[in-house]
Amino acid sequence: MKIWNKIKSWPLLLPVVALILVMAVNIIHDAAVGDNPLSFFMISLRDTTTNGTILFGRIIDIINRGSEVAILAIGMTLVVSASAGTDISVGSVMSLCASFMCMNLAGYGVSSTTTLAKPLIVGLLAAVLMGALCGAFNGTLVSHLSIQPMVATLILYSAARAIGLLLCNDLIVYVRNPSFAFIGAFTGPIPTPILITVVCIILISVVLKKTALGMYIQSVGINAKASRIAGLNSRRLRFLAYLLCGVFASLAGIVASSRITSADSNNIGLYLEMDAILSVALGGNSLGGGKFNLAGSIIGAYTIQAITTTLYALGVSSIQAPVYKAIIVIIIVVIEAPPFKAFIRKHSAARATKGVKA
Amino acid sequence: MEENVVLTARGISMTFPGVKALDNVDFTLRKGEIHALMGENGAGKSTLIKCLTGINDFEAGEIHIEGIDGPVRNHSTKDAQNVGISTVYQEVNLCPNLSVAENLFIGREPLTKIRTIDRKSYNKRSAKIMEDLGISVDVTQNLENYSLAIQQMVAIARAVDMDCKVLILDEPTSSLDDEEVEKLFTLMRKLKEKGVGIIFVTHFLEQVYKVCDRITVLRNGTYVGEYTVEELPRVKLVAAMLGKDLDDLAEIKKEQKDYTNEPMEISAKGLSHAGTIKPFDLDIHKGEVVGIGGLLGSGRSELARCIYGADKAQTGTLEISGEPVKINQPIDAMNKGVGMLPDDRKAEGIIADLSVRENIILALQAKRGMFRQLTRAQQEEIADKYIDLIKIKTPSKDTLVKQLSGGNQQKVILARWLATNADFLILDEPTRGIDVGTKSEIQKLIVKLAGEGKSVLFISSEIEEMLRTCNRMVIMRDGQKVGEIDEDLSQEGVMKAIAGGES
Amino acid sequence: MKEKMKAKKSFNSNTILLLITIVLFMVLYAGGCIAYGSKGFTHFQTFLNILITNAGLICVACGMTCVMLTGGIDISVGALIAMDCMMLAVGMSKGIGAVPMVAIVLLVGVVFGFVQGFLVGYLEIQPFIVSMAGMFFCRGMTAVICTDQVSITEKINATFYKWANTKVTIPFGGYVNNKGKYMVPYVRPGVIVALIVLILIFIMLRYTKFGRSLYAVGGSAQSAAMMGLNVKRIKMGAYMLSSILCSVGGVCYCLNTMAGSVTRALGLEMDAISSAVIGGTLLTGGVGNVIGSFFGVLINGTISSIVKTNGKLASSWPNILTAALLFIFIVIQSVFGALRARKK
Repeated sequence: MKIWNKIKSWPLLLPVVALILVMAVNIIHDAAVGDNPLSFFMISLRDTTTNGTILFGRIIDIINRGSEVAILAIGMTLVVSASAGTDISVGSVMSLCASFMCMNLAGYGVSSTTTLAKPLIVGLLAAVLMGALCGAFNGTLVSHLSIQPMVATLILYSAARAIGLLLCNDLIVYVRNPSFAFIGAFTGPIPTPILITVVCIILISVVLKKTALGMYIQSVGINAKASRIAGLNSRRLRFLAYLLCGVFASLAGIVASSRITSADSNNIGLYLEMDAILSVALGGNSLGGGKFNLAGSIIGAYTIQAITTTLYALGVSSIQAPVYKAIIVIIIVVIEAPPFKAFIRKHSAARATKGVKA
Repeated sequence: MEENVVLTARGISMTFPGVKALDNVDFTLRKGEIHALMGENGAGKSTLIKCLTGINDFEAGEIHIEGIDGPVRNHSTKDAQNVGISTVYQEVNLCPNLSVAENLFIGREPLTKIRTIDRKSYNKRSAKIMEDLGISVDVTQNLENYSLAIQQMVAIARAVDMDCKVLILDEPTSSLDDEEVEKLFTLMRKLKEKGVGIIFVTHFLEQVYKVCDRITVLRNGTYVGEYTVEELPRVKLVAAMLGKDLDDLAEIKKEQKDYTNEPMEISAKGLSHAGTIKPFDLDIHKGEVVGIGGLLGSGRSELARCIYGADKAQTGTLEISGEPVKINQPIDAMNKGVGMLPDDRKAEGIIADLSVRENIILALQAKRGMFRQLTRAQQEEIADKYIDLIKIKTPSKDTLVKQLSGGNQQKVILARWLATNADFLILDEPTRGIDVGTKSEIQKLIVKLAGEGKSVLFISSEIEEMLRTCNRMVIMRDGQKVGEIDEDLSQEGVMKAIAGGES
Repeated sequence: MKEKMKAKKSFNSNTILLLITIVLFMVLYAGGCIAYGSKGFTHFQTFLNILITNAGLICVACGMTCVMLTGGIDISVGALIAMDCMMLAVGMSKGIGAVPMVAIVLLVGVVFGFVQGFLVGYLEIQPFIVSMAGMFFCRGMTAVICTDQVSITEKINATFYKWANTKVTIPFGGYVNNKGKYMVPYVRPGVIVALIVLILIFIMLRYTKFGRSLYAVGGSAQSAAMMGLNVKRIKMGAYMLSSILCSVGGVCYCLNTMAGSVTRALGLEMDAISSAVIGGTLLTGGVGNVIGSFFGVLINGTISSIVKTNGKLASSWPNILTAALLFIFIVIQSVFGALRARKK
């Protein structure tokens, strides 16, 4: 009983259970189609003509493909914690940053290039700057004009892709340059996106560990009034959360763009805001703000990717996958909803008294 | 049953988890009388009202209403309305974006033959209702275009038009100015003539004597007594509300000495905040404990908030330790060595979901800035030090603060400010709702701090404890500083000053 | 005396917002006429074409206005329209008649709205999260029904084809084209449906209990509950209404595009929300009406029409301009709100 209670209060319970469930589905599916049931966990080295010797396996694939969601989940976690709202513009901001970067790298109006018009670093910085700008825009609307977070971010959600298209002169800009493609390819045997994600996670962990940012944001999210009395500037902190969210979105955009060596405005980051929000919720964080658990969000992100990959393996196409994710979101928020909890409590209490009477 | 009685409540008891909120309380309301329900904060006024209106479910006792056989038990405000009890709260519970007429009729609109709303008919009826009550408004205008007083009266009109026998007015005057209050009183007297029984809750003593016939006093959830206005003059009322019985706290007495030659810690000139506090001057010397006396709503918290920057002062100047300062927000005050323990512990004090340790170091960390984080070891050292020093009872320093008892939560916030080593502490009701033992500890602590050369501004509803700890008291009434008492601090003197006027 | 008071009433900030909107529409339209008069922008038919293209959006904006009046939002509408179009296209190509198919689509709207409304009203989940999940659900479901573009041709369903190509002529405002032929102005049946919806919702909001209770809930949900209204049921009703109107709009939309595809009506929720906001509906709820939203739709339509007539501007401009307008109006609302709060 005691152990059960301990398990029940473990913050990573939800994401880990979800992850185990996904793995179980994979094992059963593999066994059913006659594969090795453990093929989900196999990792091997393989020689390829394009990238040399690389790590290969479904888990590697999930961690690799999950990079963007994991990076987005970091920023989203901060935003949810500080403002009790979500930033639904991250997918579009990713796309805008990618477009802006590719426009810089290829030159305006060029649709395909193999040589870079500007040094790579300029393009990358441009993307990050654009992300920061978008984050600052959202942050100003939310913190200084007190507009509901989701309405405020709705503006960029719809405009960012369009602006990206405009920057690219309505074209899909291809930058087929090895130094750029490297970001979405391999470093030795390891996929570079994984390394970038690891760097992001380490960076934010160090920041949270070495500065008081984490406590500040949680404090503001839990009780903004009391935080103000205790000397925190809740407006500035909310702004900062959105700013960081924008920057992380730009990093995710760089990775996504480099994978396909192009800026495809209409498709980069499509539906990813949903995945990011889902990661945060799945990570055991309340969408009502306050306490956050970054590790949970990141595990959540990879769980989402595992779900996506599994769905694909089961024959669901990428444009059909949102159906299942939407159902998962609804299940999670319903479980979290206070009226639902009250209903369950009442129900189980009624059953308990019935049991006593009987 | 007595003649003319519309509502009786007998032996009402009710407990909240851990607190006896009402203990065997009686209440009687007669036809055509205005009956004041008085008591300090936490005395049980609002709990009693919520029992009458069906928001709270009381455990023992009975409520009878004229014309209804057997005891009445309401389960919602709608039930209460059906038996003739209507309530108008301090916050106007109407929709500002609808017209006056709609607010009067929403939910019970007259319909035309084709089931649409009969606008003409209800506009006409509304105009008549308002005219009958002597309020001249254009009922087709949106409610938000009218002053709060009119809005309040529309709420009353709605209640009255729904055939109420009992009208409960829960602090309806707190956001009204004098002229508006007068209008409201005229309306109340008119209703009284029509035979409506009115329960009036307020903390403005003047108003009680202006309009009420009878007073029932509650204290700490118990029934003190029912009096006619004539037999209970102001000072007696204050005494009844606060309770004369001296609690058996350890004898804490701050030595009296002359502080006028000590350096000045705080010097405020003409500070004010629109709508909450009128301009005031205040000087506090180093090592001095100054109390603020006054009833709830008299502006005592607002004065403190104004100094601290929780409500930014709109006029006046402030000097801290002799240098003029500009305080825009709390952090500015904190950097000058000021700390404030706010009166509403839940809303403005604790960060419920953070640990005891984090709650203690929060203000110190805020002062240091985000990038100079206290190491975990430092944090634990500070937390341990204060948990030990002021005896915070907590399973561990990493327990969530919301799991502690009220008194210990209060100590955590106190520890938060002690940790910042503030030279000037504002303590707003630090002892509210906590047990006697902790109370005396906090009082001792205040005296000790003063001995160390720190200055304290102390606000409390209990005059006793301020008498014990303060060198000087500032008296507040109706949002205004009305005086200071620095010698002859006695219970009676302070009460008289708080009550004001002739007695 | 009474006259004077009424005059004062019509000058509060909400009316000003509506006035700004109407003036903005006129300025935009006049600008279009001046700049592109030579391309036929001045013809009455251009205006009618805006109505034809946006008939679906008018229905959706009416529903959105009702939801926003309660202080909520529904971003599932664009995806629901995509699903409606796909259902119509696939259903009819499988041989189901036009009338039963339309009935099915409306029924799906009712069920979908019921689920969303229940989650928002009774389980008190943030409307944004609920309708976002709804949006992804519908988009995904569209792909589950069929991943390709499916067109509705005369061969597939003659009835539906006939509806779509019916011209409802208007006896005035025609012009003689450069070949000397008199062009009779016309609208499509979708426009008629949209205008009927507009009038019905206008009457509902003004003259029915349910309509007024939407305003009450948006003004103050707590007060509304105190005054004995069933806030949960009213909220649920609003979301159901939105989804039903959205399905009606979906049929109108399909009559105009005659095809279903996964990317149909992408970003339409944005147009609907911005139409409502531009038309004076407050995001915080309690203020707004469908007439304003109608003008909001017209503004959006005029922008698209100008961009299309120009022919050289990038296709993403209408999107950006709509977002920019939404931004401006949100900021205006926020400033007005702050001013009003300060006055108290």
